[in-house]
Amino acid sequence: MSRVAGSGIDNREAGNGHEAGSDAAASTAATAIAATGMSGVWLRALMALVRREFSAYFATPIAWVFLAAFAALAAVFTFRVGNFMGRGVADLAPFFMYLPWLLAVLTPAVSMRLWAEERASGSIELLMTLPISTWQAVLAKWLAGWLFLGLALLSTTGLWLSVNWLGTPDNGVIALGYVAAWMSAGVLLAAGATASALTRNQVIAFVLGALLAFLLLSAGTPLVRGVLSAWLPAAVAESLLAISLTTHFAPAAQGVISLADVLYWLSMTAFWLFLNVLVVEWKKAA
Amino acid sequence: MTAVLQVRKLCKNFAGVQAVDGISLAVRRGEVLGFLGPNGAGKSTTMKMAAGFLPPDSGEVMVCGIDMLRTPLPARQRLGYLPEGAPLYDEMTVRGFLRFCGRVRGLRGARLRSALEGVAERLQLASVWERGIGGLSKGYRRRVGLAQAIIHQPDVLILDEPTDGLDPNQKVVVRQLIRDMAQHCGIIVSTHILEEVPAVCDRVVVIAQGRVVAEGTADELAQQVPEGVEPSLEAAFRHLTTRGARLQGAVAPGGRA
Repeated sequence: MSRVAGSGIDNREAGNGHEAGSDAAASTAATAIAATGMSGVWLRALMALVRREFSAYFATPIAWVFLAAFAALAAVFTFRVGNFMGRGVADLAPFFMYLPWLLAVLTPAVSMRLWAEERASGSIELLMTLPISTWQAVLAKWLAGWLFLGLALLSTTGLWLSVNWLGTPDNGVIALGYVAAWMSAGVLLAAGATASALTRNQVIAFVLGALLAFLLLSAGTPLVRGVLSAWLPAAVAESLLAISLTTHFAPAAQGVISLADVLYWLSMTAFWLFLNVLVVEWKKAA
Repeated sequence: MTAVLQVRKLCKNFAGVQAVDGISLAVRRGEVLGFLGPNGAGKSTTMKMAAGFLPPDSGEVMVCGIDMLRTPLPARQRLGYLPEGAPLYDEMTVRGFLRFCGRVRGLRGARLRSALEGVAERLQLASVWERGIGGLSKGYRRRVGLAQAIIHQPDVLILDEPTDGLDPNQKVVVRQLIRDMAQHCGIIVSTHILEEVPAVCDRVVVIAQGRVVAEGTADELAQQVPEGVEPSLEAAFRHLTTRGARLQGAVAPGGRA
């Protein structure tokens, strides 16, 4: 046993805490909850869940392949398709033009495993019998995926450095573009996580997530607006335009983020996470 | 002694099929209750409801007097659960997984460390402590599953077929562990393996088609055979579970059917 105590178990927390001296063997975790207050316990449980989910991405080489693919595709779209060099302008407009569509494909790849994997392996029974609420689990999984998407966005900052090396861009605009991209990715991720909760098959989760992402993005495109205006009353077409991610991302990528955009991202993410909770509860009961 | 787990009149219907039909049972501290029944009798469904995973259509689950349906979180905190097939997070190490379980259950610092050391010792996990769970043998996987169920020293343990799929040696180890763990809590163990009942269980509840058909000690149960048949657990089990659903109470515990 000393082997385990000495080599295996994490000693980082050894000196942490006023409770270290109390009767550790006899007291249960239930009394720990009563002693430390609910909010601290809630937050620590959430962080433990986020940590597990986040490190699960790196358990296989897939995470690194994903990050490399994301960075490479972003570069290809910017330089080749977006004609970065030919434009002769020092900004990242071509990058931000294609980024939402790149995210529409890659975000479902991040979200597809979140719930489908738990259901396929049966570990959802372990997770949902821990003393945590469904909200906590949903939020933790989303946060872990969102952090991972943040890393993916960071992996493209080589483009940002390049454009600074080539000229003198407005870095404030570019920074706002990244913020807008991360917030938009959060919405797509919440929708993808909901799709993942609907099935135990990760491929189906991916396809559903990608479909939702394309719907959320394309609701604002002229093509869809044209089709919609022919079919639907103008008011409905307008409200669909209002829930489109593109409507809020495009101005933000040009350096203008309004309060309405922020409220939109927050409320859309909250809406999909709420749906996610409902789907998890519903699938559990069936 | 009062019951640490009290289940009253649980019902669950899946798409028109009454999987669980008014099951009641109670487990006291220090006791191992065997939960027997043929496959499809509603054992796992009952266990999932008792563990707080599946919401019942009606009925009540009380863990140490805490209502699982009204206040699920404090109730779950006092309960450990090994789901059927012992699912785990395969990509994690044994240490990482158990640390995660401990943290989510509110353990930290010195208390977390001593809890980890405790389960590593009791379930003899030292040799696989740093290994990935996905590469473990079935026997070790089951021990890790048991470790996560007891890391927070629960008052109630719900074990769904804990010896299923193990070889005879591993079964003996897990049975011994269950007996050891019963010193501190009340345990309910589901199984369809009759041979382990006398070795593990203090008391037995037999269900068929979602209803309790018999209750008592293993010896009492073995007497419940048809006229002229040699008393045995196996004969009693067959007799009790193949005669169709009967109302609870029609078979007096200890009496003849």
